[in-house]
Amino acid sequence: MLVKQMSVFVENTTGRLCELTKVLAQNDIDIKAMCIADTVDFGILRCIVDDPEKATAVLKSKGFTASITEVMAVELNDKPGGLASVLEILSSEGISVDYIYSTIRSRNGYALIVIKVADPEKAIQLLQDNGISLFSKEDFL
Amino acid sequence: MENIIWNKEIECADRATIKALQLERLKKIVKYCYERVPFYTKKFDETGLKPEDIKTLEDVRKLPFTTADDLRNNYPFGLFATDNKDIVRVHGSSGTTGKPKIVGYTKNDLNNWTECLTRMICAAGVTPEDVVQISFGYGLFTGGFGLHYGMENLGAMVIPLSSGNTERQLMIMQDFGTTVLIATPSYALYLGDEIEKRGLKDKLKLRLALFGGEGHTEEMRAKIEKQLGIIATENYGLSELGGPGMSGECYIKNGMHIAEDHFLPEIIDPETLEPVPMGEKGELVVTALTKEGFPMLRYRTRDITWLDDSPCPCGRTSMRMGKIQGRSDDMLVIRGVNVYPSQIESVVMAIDEIEPFYEIVVTNEGYMDRIEVRMEFSDADLLDDYEKLDALKSRIRHDLKATLNIDAKVSLVSPGTLPRFEGKGKRVVDKREVKK
Repeated sequence: MLVKQMSVFVENTTGRLCELTKVLAQNDIDIKAMCIADTVDFGILRCIVDDPEKATAVLKSKGFTASITEVMAVELNDKPGGLASVLEILSSEGISVDYIYSTIRSRNGYALIVIKVADPEKAIQLLQDNGISLFSKEDFL
Repeated sequence: MENIIWNKEIECADRATIKALQLERLKKIVKYCYERVPFYTKKFDETGLKPEDIKTLEDVRKLPFTTADDLRNNYPFGLFATDNKDIVRVHGSSGTTGKPKIVGYTKNDLNNWTECLTRMICAAGVTPEDVVQISFGYGLFTGGFGLHYGMENLGAMVIPLSSGNTERQLMIMQDFGTTVLIATPSYALYLGDEIEKRGLKDKLKLRLALFGGEGHTEEMRAKIEKQLGIIATENYGLSELGGPGMSGECYIKNGMHIAEDHFLPEIIDPETLEPVPMGEKGELVVTALTKEGFPMLRYRTRDITWLDDSPCPCGRTSMRMGKIQGRSDDMLVIRGVNVYPSQIESVVMAIDEIEPFYEIVVTNEGYMDRIEVRMEFSDADLLDDYEKLDALKSRIRHDLKATLNIDAKVSLVSPGTLPRFEGKGKRVVDKREVKK
């Protein structure tokens, strides 16, 4: 139940992110979720797109450094405590979260977040055992 | 202005006397090198040159050149002419590949060095009454120790403070009543700014500064002189030739007087290697006439300057050399430290996660030189987390520091964004006002 996330190295210069997103647009790639942190001279853009293999290939051909990482896309109750209940399940088993960001998707009152953990297989099992749904890559198409 | 001429006999000698002394010493040192340093024996034999072929001062042109590469190839002691038991001190400065250029001194060499420095210090206006704050680094670098012994020899009071720690520098300067500052011009400018900001000028007794380690513009000197109410002179030396003391300005500030009884200067065209007429610019080539430990024939300094043999109003007749105009190679001087792009290249090439392309950007912020190395980041496996990228940056920074001896900023950029060159690339962008 892991989904593929694309990570791209982005220099902190004016217009670089714009250039990157233009390449994706020209190749008809849709961004479903993304996050980028501000650091002094570079950032890593992490995003979920509809076709990560194609997206990575076109970016590489344009001189970007890009790679694919697997992350979980977890559905949670879009109300107070929704995220806390999921994180509690993970932390109770000692699974640490590397990073987390939200998507713009929602379904039947459920929000969708992207979580990267150190031990994804164990985390997926644990979440499913607790009745938490995860998105598969097809759900993003 | 105090004008002690430390060694009138030499410094004010007529040109013929100096030239005769130089020729006598040149013949002697050529023979000495040929007999004692295998590197020179081999070079002479290859061309069939014999020490006896040196009959006039102009014959110096028959001698082979010695270069920074020769020092590297003979690291550490290969060019020494005496047993290590006769060497009492070593100094060094950065070489082209991370290994320092090492020089050795016998007791006589140290005495001659001190003599040259004392002359230079007197020419700059220092007297035995002065309190001298040495803000040059002590260590392998020749600056600190060189000035130290020269000042002691003159009889000035020496404060061996070494470089850095501005708070302490300013405190001692006030408490001890420092009258002479020995520093790089950039550091003096920085101190000047701090002194102005804190309104300390009236509490100080500073009257002179001796600048070395790097060049400066006349504007920069004028600014420091005005800010601190002092007279600043410039001096020149290379560790390969024993350090500071080879030449220095007098209070007239119209060229640096050369200690000609110990150094024979020439100016050549760096392309044709032919001599240029007196007064014209070219590369300075120096033969050390008296060194026992580390003799040096025709060292190519790579510094661009000119010579002037007219007498100086200060009373000295010694040949003067002009302000360094630049380099005939790609060496950079960053905060007084020699940096060769090839050193940086060797670090870049050894790191797998980056592409073999780099750009060196040198800037001057708040008078302090900054060096930034931009390199192309290509290993997509590190994109998992920032920690890995940070660790890579720290590793590169550490490697650069270990090789260059100074801190450099590391910037990772996307592949393909740095300029590509066919053949010899221009990988250094020097944005400083004064190319040092």
